[in-house]
Amino acid sequence: MQPLTSRAKAVDRKPMTMWERMYLPAIAKGMSITFGHMFKKKPTVNYPEKTRPFSPVFRGLHVLNRDEQGRERCTACGLCAVACPAEAITMEGAERLPGEENLYREEKYAAKYEINMLRCIFCGLCEEACPKDAIYLSETFAPANFTRKGFIYGKEELLIPHPVDQPEEFAKARGEHQPTTAD
Amino acid sequence: MHLTLLAIDWVLLLEKAVLISIVISVSLVVAMYETWGERKVAAFMQDRRGPNRAGPGGLFQPLADGLKLFAKEEIIPASSNRLLFVLGPGLAMLTAMMTSAVVPWSSHFELFHRHVSMQIADVNIGILYIFGVVSMGVYGVMIGGWASNNKFSLLAAVRGASQIISYELAMGLSIIALLMVTGSLSLRTIVEQQQTGHYYILLQPLGFLIFLVCAFAECNRTPFDLSEADSELNMGFHLEYSSMKLGFYLFAEYVNVFISSAVMATLYFGGYDIPFVNDASLAERWGQNPVAALQIVSFFVKIVAFIFFFMWVRWTVPRFRYDQLMKLGWKMLIPLALFNMVLTGFLVLLHQNHWHF
Repeated sequence: MQPLTSRAKAVDRKPMTMWERMYLPAIAKGMSITFGHMFKKKPTVNYPEKTRPFSPVFRGLHVLNRDEQGRERCTACGLCAVACPAEAITMEGAERLPGEENLYREEKYAAKYEINMLRCIFCGLCEEACPKDAIYLSETFAPANFTRKGFIYGKEELLIPHPVDQPEEFAKARGEHQPTTAD
Repeated sequence: MHLTLLAIDWVLLLEKAVLISIVISVSLVVAMYETWGERKVAAFMQDRRGPNRAGPGGLFQPLADGLKLFAKEEIIPASSNRLLFVLGPGLAMLTAMMTSAVVPWSSHFELFHRHVSMQIADVNIGILYIFGVVSMGVYGVMIGGWASNNKFSLLAAVRGASQIISYELAMGLSIIALLMVTGSLSLRTIVEQQQTGHYYILLQPLGFLIFLVCAFAECNRTPFDLSEADSELNMGFHLEYSSMKLGFYLFAEYVNVFISSAVMATLYFGGYDIPFVNDASLAERWGQNPVAALQIVSFFVKIVAFIFFFMWVRWTVPRFRYDQLMKLGWKMLIPLALFNMVLTGFLVLLHQNHWHF
């Protein structure tokens, strides 16, 4: 039969020679190999203490962005929900009332904004679709949860901390490579 | 009545009791850290890190493992023979611990004007005693496997028993050749004969090799761990065991590794002798006690080297098939041991009669 690859090798069924039947030379060879491995560099990363750096294009959990004064950028236009191939995003818009100018940047805002993290495929199309630079994919990954309901993230989980009131949390949420328009 | 009480050397009794408890606790601690060492060695040979969460370098891992085993539910299968089921692990542990009685751990200390020997019992048939006790170890496997009332366990027990019996023959024959050279069965005498630096490995290389292979088989270690072959027999004779009864079996295996390392170091590598140094003249210069302490250290270095060797082999050599195992035992090791015996006898005769070629 024609061999399928150039690496095909016929099985050798010759009886073992005296040298092979002594086992010891082969064992000594194997043991020198395993001993050599004791001093090899270990590829393990001690995970919770050390993490590997993400690539700059890493797509993790979403954040809803604020502007430099800490106002929400989202206007609930729904373009992200339309762009989403997994249909993971739902939102409800509301009109800004007088006196709320320090909370929302434009006249319309998202009263409710939910992403189902079980449906989300982290493709980043919402990020591309957003005309207001309001949604970004961060470097955090999907954490564990006890219930399915817990994976539906609302505004509470998604909104980035206030840049003026909570600067430390804001910087942490931004991450290293996270581009924001707040600066 | 009260004369017989006076006649007993109470201090000697106390001394031996202390020594026994020290030896037993040391063997248990060594067995504990062998589990840690085994996992570390395995990990390093496979380019991993091994246990490193519990304590620095994972040093508390054995404690955590022990706690886990104690906390597990104890199950005695309804169809098993209760008495034998409990007896099995106990017997395995007992025989593992008993062997340490005749091993000389060091020369002697001089404490409170007494000559304190670092050997529990210097019986003049030390090697025979070890053989007797080691061959009882097979009962632990056999009884445990049989009492489980489980086909896999029974098969494993039968395999284990036949393996241990086959390899004991070759082991005994290799020891006979050694005994021709030493002319003594007492382990202390054998060690004292090696104090000059002429270790018996130099006189009996083939005998040592046979003894080493048989020691692996006796300890049920890879490449001869047929009695617990996880891939085919599903843990073998301790399949039905849980909790600390399982722990006893695993522990007994590690104690066996420790003791057989000690026996090999004693018989072929000079026991507690400090290499490249004349112990007697060192004792004159420094006094007996520090030298005896150093001898313990030297003995333990040799033992640890052997234990490492056991682990190194375990993580290199795959398990033998059953027919290969039997062929190796009966068709290679026993003829080799017989040949070694005849050769040794010939050379000893030459030496004794000052014959020269």
